[in-house]
Amino acid sequence: MKPWHAAFLTLLLLAGCKREQRQYRLDPAIAESLDRVEVLPVGINGRPPRVITITGDPYRTNAYQLSQGKRLYAGFNCQGCHADGGGGTGPALMNGWWRYGPDAVSIFLSIRDGRPNGMPAFRDRMTPEQIWQLTGYIQSLGATRASGAAPSRNDAMQTRPAENRAPAMSRLPSPYEGGP
Amino acid sequence: MRRLLPLLSAGLLAGCTGWQSALAPRGPVADDLHGLFWLFTITCALVWLAVMLVLLAALLRRPPDGKARQERAMQHSARAIGGAVAATVVIVAGLTVASFLATRSISAHAEDALVIRLRGYQWWWEATYADPRPDQNFITANEIHVPTGRLVRIELAAADVIHSFWVPNLSGKQDMIPGRANSLAFTARKPGTYRAQCAEFCGLQHAHMALHVVAEPPEAFERWRTAQVAEAARPHGPEEDEGRRILESKACGACHTVRGTQAAGNLGPDLTHVGSRQFIAAGMLPTTRGSLAAWVADPQSIKPGSNMPMVPLTADELQAVSAYLTRLR
Ligand code: HEC
Ligand code: HEC
Ligand SMILES: [Cu+2]
Repeated sequence: MKPWHAAFLTLLLLAGCKREQRQYRLDPAIAESLDRVEVLPVGINGRPPRVITITGDPYRTNAYQLSQGKRLYAGFNCQGCHADGGGGTGPALMNGWWRYGPDAVSIFLSIRDGRPNGMPAFRDRMTPEQIWQLTGYIQSLGATRASGAAPSRNDAMQTRPAENRAPAMSRLPSPYEGGP
Repeated sequence: MRRLLPLLSAGLLAGCTGWQSALAPRGPVADDLHGLFWLFTITCALVWLAVMLVLLAALLRRPPDGKARQERAMQHSARAIGGAVAATVVIVAGLTVASFLATRSISAHAEDALVIRLRGYQWWWEATYADPRPDQNFITANEIHVPTGRLVRIELAAADVIHSFWVPNLSGKQDMIPGRANSLAFTARKPGTYRAQCAEFCGLQHAHMALHVVAEPPEAFERWRTAQVAEAARPHGPEEDEGRRILESKACGACHTVRGTQAAGNLGPDLTHVGSRQFIAAGMLPTTRGSLAAWVADPQSIKPGSNMPMVPLTADELQAVSAYLTRLR
């Protein structure tokens, strides 16, 4: 091994030291713009705020944001109606079957504005940033494609596969297993 | 340097007194641990000194010449090693017994013990005063009061990750582990405010997770307890009214409880009597109207990563909220 080989390898290794960035404090203007989604009149589907696309979709790809989503899912007792994602009095959130669309904007709207058949609105109880964190987490629950980011591990038992499996669901469940 | 040395050591020694120091014990449990600390320190210092002296003697000694002398030296050293092993056994056994005796009091029991359930969150403390009379129960945060001269048992739990409870002036250290019940007992001898600090690394703001323990005479404690059991103070005037309305209708109420209002969340500290506490955000800032406003305006700049989000408020709304929070004594 020549010295320049070693130098090159060291540089390559050092490149691995870049840490995932955690964004704790949003600029107030950006925080406000997170609430601006362009929605179709039916309240399903639409375009997410530009900042999310520009910043590389952090709510899907950043482990910290996913972990915050998981914390909120427990803290705001989504479990009470949706269980661990498998569904209870509320529908399942991980079987690939969505009443209001699988895209981020539809999920965001379900949480922010509520849905007529018993889904409460969380508009006045969370900030838009928190709703996006939850949205990203919920999308990761039923993901059938592997992702490089996952929320932190559970200490207690849970009824769904661990979120840090890649992917969370190896395939969509068949109708006999509760799928569509 | 010569002149700086005494100054420096004086500065270091100053760290050994005060409101967060195991070297300034203010209760029987802390006394025992304090005694144990000096017993260990002095014993170990003497042993170290003895070893160093023997080593020095060995280095300076001339090796024995002649076969007979060498054999005698061998016998000597066998005896020396035997003696050293015996001394080690005696010292280690003695320290073990002393350590057992000193830490026994951490699990003391008493009929009239005051029981406080303490739950660690990232990065603050929730305290529940569990009274046998249900209407005398209450929840508070980040500051606990205890009567002097009465045994206090703290039942420890954690909501998210492992934390650790440690008030050096009053007692030893005990971990707070999710899903596991730990407890610890102490008695405060002298009135005063003692600082506790989470003693198990628990994430980004671990260093800013302090708890204050206020020990006061039984009558003062009883007065404090009665005030804490009561519902939140009523707002005075339109500004405070508005503050309460904002707290109930904005996200605040989803995370915080103010007893006697519609705010009934349980993701953040109970704010029913937040104005009566000496500090906010687990020891970050002293409680004043200004610091409350600063905290609500931008928690992520004061304590980055904390689980309180920045809830957008206008300047007038912030005024109203801070006026109301100051009223909550
Ligand atoms: C009181 C029970 C209840 C609670 C609490 C609740 N939900 Fe729901 N949720 C429902 C019901 C019922 C529906 C179906 C609504 C409909 O069909 O109109 C629903 C629908 C949804 C949907 C749309 C599902 C789809 O198929 O399109 C999402 C996403 C959702 N909830 C997320 C959440 C999250 C996140 C939380 C926690 C912050 C939460 N829910 C808390 C009852 C609840
Ligand atoms: C998502 C939940 C959440 C929301 C929403 C929220 N808080 Fe908090 N709040 C917290 C948490 C968690 C803490 C503890 C932070 C820490 O010390 O690390 C806290 C701490 C505080 C404290 C300091 C209390 C103490 O004794 O240390 C005050 C005062 C406060 N919040 C007021 C408010 C007000 C006013 C609002 C609304 C504008 C609000 N909070 C919204 C979660 C929340
Ligand atoms: Cu800690």
